Amino acid sequence: MKQLLVFIRKEFFHVFRDRRTLLIMFGLPVVQIVLFGFALTNEVKNIEIIISDNARDINAQQITDKIKASAYFKVQESVLDYNDIEKAFKKGNIKCALIFPAHFGDDLCHEGKAQVQIITDGSDPNIAKTVVNYLTAIIGDYRQQISPSPTLAYRIIPETRMLYNEEGNGSLNFIPGVMALVLMIVCTTLTSVAVVKEKELGTMEILLVSPFKAVFVLIAKAVPYLLLSMINVVLILLLAVYLLDVEIKGSVLLLFFESVLFIITCLSLGLLISNVTDSQQTAMLISMMGMMLPTLIFTGFLFPLENMPKVFQIISNVIPARWYFIITKAVMLKGLGFTYVWKETLVLTGMTVALLGIALKNFKIRLQ
Amino acid sequence: MNAVTLQNISKSYQDVKAVRDVSFEVKKGELFGLIGADGAGKTSIFRILTTVLLADKGTATVAGFDVVKDYKAIRDRIGYMPGKFSLYQDLTIRENLEFFAAIFGTTIDENYELIKDIYDQIKPFSDRRAGKLSGGMKQKLALCCALIHKPEVLLLDEPTTGVDVVSRKEFWAMLKSLQEKGITILVSTPYMDEANLCERIALIQNGRIMSVDTPENIIKSFPVKLYAAKSDAIYKLLKDFRAAPVVDSCYAFGEFLHVTMKGNRETGSSELRDLAIERGHTHVVVQEITPGIEDSFIRLMNEKTEVSAHQ
Repeated sequence: MKQLLVFIRKEFFHVFRDRRTLLIMFGLPVVQIVLFGFALTNEVKNIEIIISDNARDINAQQITDKIKASAYFKVQESVLDYNDIEKAFKKGNIKCALIFPAHFGDDLCHEGKAQVQIITDGSDPNIAKTVVNYLTAIIGDYRQQISPSPTLAYRIIPETRMLYNEEGNGSLNFIPGVMALVLMIVCTTLTSVAVVKEKELGTMEILLVSPFKAVFVLIAKAVPYLLLSMINVVLILLLAVYLLDVEIKGSVLLLFFESVLFIITCLSLGLLISNVTDSQQTAMLISMMGMMLPTLIFTGFLFPLENMPKVFQIISNVIPARWYFIITKAVMLKGLGFTYVWKETLVLTGMTVALLGIALKNFKIRLQ
Repeated sequence: MNAVTLQNISKSYQDVKAVRDVSFEVKKGELFGLIGADGAGKTSIFRILTTVLLADKGTATVAGFDVVKDYKAIRDRIGYMPGKFSLYQDLTIRENLEFFAAIFGTTIDENYELIKDIYDQIKPFSDRRAGKLSGGMKQKLALCCALIHKPEVLLLDEPTTGVDVVSRKEFWAMLKSLQEKGITILVSTPYMDEANLCERIALIQNGRIMSVDTPENIIKSFPVKLYAAKSDAIYKLLKDFRAAPVVDSCYAFGEFLHVTMKGNRETGSSELRDLAIERGHTHVVVQEITPGIEDSFIRLMNEKTEVSAHQ
């Protein structure tokens, strides 16, 4: 037992004396959180819009003002003709054009209906759709404003609510994803590299020759990263709450324990990788490329799993991060308790036991 | 009882035969040298003895235990220094030593007597990280770490490779004093001059043991007379001697050529001198000398290649 403690202490020395390890360990989560929270977002803001006002009347002006007042648009006013508008699209200067025809106000007042043209850049369909929705909403809003008494007998006004995220805060969805990603990278990569390093230096040869139990080598390697990753989880949650204004709806304790479970899964994976590789580079490549990409793609935090072909959906089931992502989303964003995530927890536990078992069993007590 | 025995040990890596049918014994308390060039199979033998590598064929015991069945018992009883410098570069001297002491279930104080002489030399730097030590100091530290649990058998794989001459001398003096304390030492080296410092040596080449004996006996068993020769044009002399039918072998050795002749001749010395002068050499020196380990090694090596060429 004392041997194990000494070994673990030695591992801590390694971590704290290597600046690169520390940087990956604690720099990465901060950078990722800040990046995903502020820079990388799928919300559409600051849309460059050109408003070609051929009517020059009060109604067109009022709508233009409403658009200008919205945070989503950056308005360029001009009286370009159609060809010039297309040129602007091709140059990529604008994402959207709104064209008021001549006599827009007249038509509206006298005939009770008028037309505007909305042109969007369809090369990015998601943005285009969002922009059309924004504009339709603004124009609809204006229509209600000028004719408060409805002439139609039946009107259905949809009241939409975004549950669990009323303000449409984009960072909400990213936090669980980033947590999964960071833990995956930190735990898997650093542990596998730490074990392989001993092989590369030749110290593994001495450790094998010593009476120290081989299995303890793995445990001693994993423990420091387990502890540091737990600190990491706390760090990420603090950043999420205080920097990105994400509210943790469910039990923080449950979230923490689920995270610890996922950390152990990643550590086991790292140990498994270290069993089959002999150089730090290979270990790094396998854990970075082999683990990061599937985590990015198959957890569903960048691309919705539901849209994927059946095959990929089946593959996603073996990615541990996917289950952790479901759990964190449920606990953190929806405020659900253990009764709602026990199945996912069970799957994750099963994976951990299997991975750890294989890693321990495969650990070689001899050189090749 | 023998501290180490090997019987018909063979080991191959894919199609490379690293160790071929090796058998020898190391007696208890002996300082035994395994002498051979790089790639001769020394490290493989060490790894088999330290139980981290399994032999394809044959049996071996260390401290009386079988390397396959009782590997755990062996791991408690041996000290091992691998060829690659195997200490933690980012830990200090003291931390390294403490770590290895703990791993082997002991403390520095418990066996301090054993390492005192060696450790005292590096003690002034005990807070320096192992990565920042000179080659000689690293080897001393590694030796301390291998000794810290008072092993019965010490296995040192090329401990003096890459170490300066003075440190090498010191290192061998330490081995001698450890041997006096009753520790069996099996050491490998590619340096022939270190062979004389061992009690018995095994000469190994291409995975085969060529000879096992004391250095004196190996030198004594050199079957013919050996001559050292030089002239003003040493390379031409080498070519001329090799072309001469009476010359058996001729190779460069320092500033001299070492020459053996076919058959046992009493007048070999003057024959060679006449031969050289006849070919127009000036300042010719030829003298009979006592062979060294390296001469024996080269002769054994040539004999082996001739035998395998005939097979």
